[in-house]
Amino acid sequence: MTRGEFRTLLTGLAFTSPWLIGFLVFTLYPVGASIYYSFCDYDVLSKPVWIGALNYQDMWTDAVFWKSLKNTFCFAAVALPLGMVFSLLVAVLLNNSVVGRPVFRTNFFLPSLVPAVAIAMLWIWIYNGKFGLLNYGLHLLHIKGPEWLGDPNWTMPAVILTSLWGIGNTVVIYLAALQDVPRELYESAEIDGASSWTKLRHITIPMISPVIYFNLIMGIIGALQVFAGPYIMFGGGGPNRSVLFYAIYIYQNAFEYNQMGYACAMAWILFLIILFLTWVATRSTRKHVYYAGE
Amino acid sequence: MKHFLGRLIIYILLIGGSVIFLVPLFWMLSTALKPIDQSMSMPPTWIPYRIYTMLDGKRTSVKTGETVSAPSLVVKLTETGEKRVVSPAQLVKGCLLTRDRSGEQIQLPATVVKEIPASPEHPWIRVTSEEVMAVIQAGKGDVSLASAWDMVPAETLQKENSARWENFGGAIRALGRQDFTAQELADNWLGWLPASTANKIAQVIYDHMSPRARRAMSLAFVSYLKNTLVLCILTVIGTVFSSALAAYGFARIPWRGRNKVFVIALATMMIPFPVVMVPIYCMFKAAGWIGTLRPLWIGSFVAGAFNVFLLRQFFMTIPKDLSDAARIDGCNEWRIFWQIILPLSRPALMVVGLFQFMGTWNDFLGPLIYLTNQKDFTLALGLQFYQSQQGGTEWHYLMAASTLVVLPIIVLFFFTQKTFIEGISMTGIKG
Repeated sequence: MTRGEFRTLLTGLAFTSPWLIGFLVFTLYPVGASIYYSFCDYDVLSKPVWIGALNYQDMWTDAVFWKSLKNTFCFAAVALPLGMVFSLLVAVLLNNSVVGRPVFRTNFFLPSLVPAVAIAMLWIWIYNGKFGLLNYGLHLLHIKGPEWLGDPNWTMPAVILTSLWGIGNTVVIYLAALQDVPRELYESAEIDGASSWTKLRHITIPMISPVIYFNLIMGIIGALQVFAGPYIMFGGGGPNRSVLFYAIYIYQNAFEYNQMGYACAMAWILFLIILFLTWVATRSTRKHVYYAGE
Repeated sequence: MKHFLGRLIIYILLIGGSVIFLVPLFWMLSTALKPIDQSMSMPPTWIPYRIYTMLDGKRTSVKTGETVSAPSLVVKLTETGEKRVVSPAQLVKGCLLTRDRSGEQIQLPATVVKEIPASPEHPWIRVTSEEVMAVIQAGKGDVSLASAWDMVPAETLQKENSARWENFGGAIRALGRQDFTAQELADNWLGWLPASTANKIAQVIYDHMSPRARRAMSLAFVSYLKNTLVLCILTVIGTVFSSALAAYGFARIPWRGRNKVFVIALATMMIPFPVVMVPIYCMFKAAGWIGTLRPLWIGSFVAGAFNVFLLRQFFMTIPKDLSDAARIDGCNEWRIFWQIILPLSRPALMVVGLFQFMGTWNDFLGPLIYLTNQKDFTLALGLQFYQSQQGGTEWHYLMAASTLVVLPIIVLFFFTQKTFIEGISMTGIKG
């Protein structure tokens, strides 16, 4: 390494140091410590005690763990596809040269600005069994609405519905991607007499497939870590633990039951699940994702 | 024709969708501007209203009570001064025949105040002036609910749309109060100064405050707002500065191993927060920072990978020649960074800053983990605390407080709409 190279290296490291320090202090050390704690009995007050893989074994027999895992998968399996389809649909509608597009875009986007706490407060009110807006709407259709937040059968649909209200972010991302699709492709397809559906299926979706893939991955990561909304709405896991999500159970173990070791072990399982699903999603979409540059 | 139908369907779907997305927000605001009885009505009240009638020759806004649809009398009990609506048969020789709590028949001396010629077609209704209600609820004055009402013909009532802006004040008060002394002023507001200086300054400020100002400062809402803003400002400064610095190091200085390190940086984005949550908490606990605001902003001064990535992408689009020319003129890297790259990157820095502001304003998990004293709570945590305490009956206050939390973000959005939309598109497409 020449003197000049060495100087460049030093300058480079100096500029990158905010990230480097953050990496060491808030990522590398915590990741290491987290692995270690996951093999310990640790209640914060006393020193961690090595117990081997006991935390992981406990998980196997912990019914609440399985319930939280099931709830989280249920939520992800319904909310994620619905959210992706609806937001793509809205984006495609907006992508037609409609009058007042910025206004419509804002309408769909506004709810995604609302802080999680306010979303929770608002929807607790909307889901109110007696005076809630939703049950009034159902009443107009001559349906007797359930006690959304009190009946374990209806808490999950309530959480999913609330999450769909916040798809505005994804709509904006899709819309930006749609606007980058070259017009010529549609024009030549029209000359060939392609229908709207054919154009959507064979031009639009392939052209924005990288963005769909990106939203899918972000969606998986986000859905598996869902926390604030349901936690605030139910102050925990809801009736019968029907909306006890994985991240909520981690939080409860760490900060309510003082089982830091168990919480870390659960977090690592979550990480592995996310890695696995990302890998599956990448593998199964690889053939279908089209990158214009390649 | 087919084309026209297609467009019609598009507009119907867009308008329908917009309505579905906006109705909850409208409902929040509408509930926030109602009195509690209108918030709990079926069918729902969409537009808040007041009811007016003539009381003592003055047009007054009133709260309504029971309806009477048969001829009746309003009597005043001589002993207690309490007013009651009774049927004429109950009044015998200046005495009201009634039953006491144990069901025993009793006679109470009473005088007739008003005769009500009510009928099923012309019902009369009990009204209480809202002003009087407010006085009674606040526990001021010597009026009592038992006598401060009147009966008026129902057809004289006029309904008029009217918003209760005072609900916002009510909600702020409902969030609670905390002690406010010179010591608290020093600890909570001047904590960044050396303790002795802070105490002296706080004493001076406190002595010059009017009782009214002291009462305002004791509102929990004021300290929630202060904490939230302090955190927002610190994290925005920290994030923008530290990630710009690191992004510059990754984008424009060709040091050896840079790309490998950058791949590591990208890989760290995959790690979910729960994995590192416990060790980071333990670190802050060891430092004795639990129950202070510090854990919530210190992390922003070391750059997060996502923002570094965003800014790096942006910095790479700035022509290299610019830096080279500056180097020939004898600029060092710091000056190139500070005087050339940063000014050119304003849009990208705005995006990072804006998103950080939103992130801090909206954050719930962080404050939930690290804050233990109510005086340190942020707005988000304070609102949740209020809701979990009162259990959800004061819907109008809950919605008013929620509106106060949402409003700044919406206003910010309308002022920075372009940056916002570009930023989101940028994260989606370049990511």
